[in-house]
Amino acid sequence: MAYSEKVIDHYSNPRNIGTLDKSKNTVGTGLVGAPECGDVMRLQIEVNEETGIIQDAKFKTFGCGSAIASSSLATEWLKGKSVDEALAIDNMDIVEELALPPVKIHCSVLAEDAIRAAINDYRTKNGLEPIESEKTHH
Amino acid sequence: MVKLPIYLDSNATTPMDPRVFEAMKPYFLECYGNAASKNHAFGWQAEEAVDYAREQVASLVGASEKEIIFTSGATESNNLAIKGVFEMYAAKGNHIITVSTEHKAVLDTCKHLEKLGAEVTYLSVGDDGLISASEVEAAIKPNTILVSVMYANNELGVIQPIREIGEVCKKKGVLFHSDATQAVGKIPVDVLADHLDLMSFTAHKMYGPKGIGALYVRRKNPRVKVTAQMDGGGHERGMRSGTLNVTGIVGFGKACEIAKAEMEADAQRLGAMRDRLENDLLTLEESYVNGSREHRLPHTCNISFKYVEGEGLMMGVKDIAVSSGSACTSASLEPSYVLKSLGLDDELAHSSLRFGLNKFTSDEEIDYTINLVKTAVNKLRDMSPLWEMFKEGIDLKSIEWSEH
Repeated sequence: MAYSEKVIDHYSNPRNIGTLDKSKNTVGTGLVGAPECGDVMRLQIEVNEETGIIQDAKFKTFGCGSAIASSSLATEWLKGKSVDEALAIDNMDIVEELALPPVKIHCSVLAEDAIRAAINDYRTKNGLEPIESEKTHH
Repeated sequence: MVKLPIYLDSNATTPMDPRVFEAMKPYFLECYGNAASKNHAFGWQAEEAVDYAREQVASLVGASEKEIIFTSGATESNNLAIKGVFEMYAAKGNHIITVSTEHKAVLDTCKHLEKLGAEVTYLSVGDDGLISASEVEAAIKPNTILVSVMYANNELGVIQPIREIGEVCKKKGVLFHSDATQAVGKIPVDVLADHLDLMSFTAHKMYGPKGIGALYVRRKNPRVKVTAQMDGGGHERGMRSGTLNVTGIVGFGKACEIAKAEMEADAQRLGAMRDRLENDLLTLEESYVNGSREHRLPHTCNISFKYVEGEGLMMGVKDIAVSSGSACTSASLEPSYVLKSLGLDDELAHSSLRFGLNKFTSDEEIDYTINLVKTAVNKLRDMSPLWEMFKEGIDLKSIEWSEH
């Protein structure tokens, strides 16, 4: 199967690999997927307390090239967005941007799940209700 | 400078030996007769070529030429052997014994027969990928008509104790078939010493052409018969109708002749090369060889690099052609059933690469491969959350994963 140029670029030069201090209240961490399924994504955001803007985002992913590219792209998109804007990121935007084939759509779904999980972790830490997912993928 | 990409997927197929191609050449354009045409020189010439090749093929495995039935490949041979025995020996029983790590050509054939009334026992393997002759013996029942055990496994390269199993089958009076696709032409195989009654093998795994294989069918002690699965002109002693693929057969014969003369030296050289590759890759932390290292084909190596996903790894080593036990490309997300049969965690099964060397593999290619794989594994581990957790001493089993 041939990968798109954008997938190859993100795979070869992944943006924002790393780890944020998850003990901080300004950091939200999302860990989704499962090792036995061959995909695990950890996505973290750091929110600026004054502006409410996501000032940093990091990821680490165990998975195929499309999974790595999806999470790398997600961190790029997250930076500079408010938490509400980040919630609007849809998995199909990732599919479109990376030209993922149908068999790899689950990678984008996982990235969207990771974004939501990170945001909810941040919200819970700061005394807010977690946001229920409005859509079901499966 | 090494020529890229490097082919290390030789358990899937091997490159053709140029000498095989040379032998085949005249049979494309000049000697195009039908080997079944008994009344003219074109037919005689083709028949002569087939007879000669049949001897070359038989000789490699210790059979007599009358015991070789040419087919389109090992999948057809496996189908013919198992379905053919099931039909031919229906009066004797309906029980077949095989192994859970067999190739799909055997497993799916058995599943098909189950729908037609066969009773099939699928023996499980140990964590080394092997079964024992005593396990086969214990599974034999009065209605057992066939034991089918692969000679060497395509994913792991592990070699089953065929001779011991053959002895058991002989003692119990049960027919013994082996899918020897990966073994013939790579290691010595002798149908008499191994007490084999039927054996499937193919040309394209031993530097021959694709589309031509053989089924060995024993003629003496006992005389074995299989019911034909294709009706037609009654070629191949009535067991496999269809105009003979003369060109392919000539190539198959040549490949067998070369293998007989050279496989021992090739095996030694490839074994040393494989060991060098394997030992070097094992210096990476948390890397494991899958299957028995002792009872194994010399040119095959299957390694798991824990905390790295196989398909992602293949993308990082795209300059080498290898296979992965990860089935991330398939919709099922199920990793290799062979690796799972070893009792491996799905996670380790997802992390595996299979390297298959062939006689044209060079030391420079192995050096390049070692370097590339190590770099890719390290890079992917640096971006793997599982590796980070492992390094922090977190037990991955203690985490509640969101099943995806």
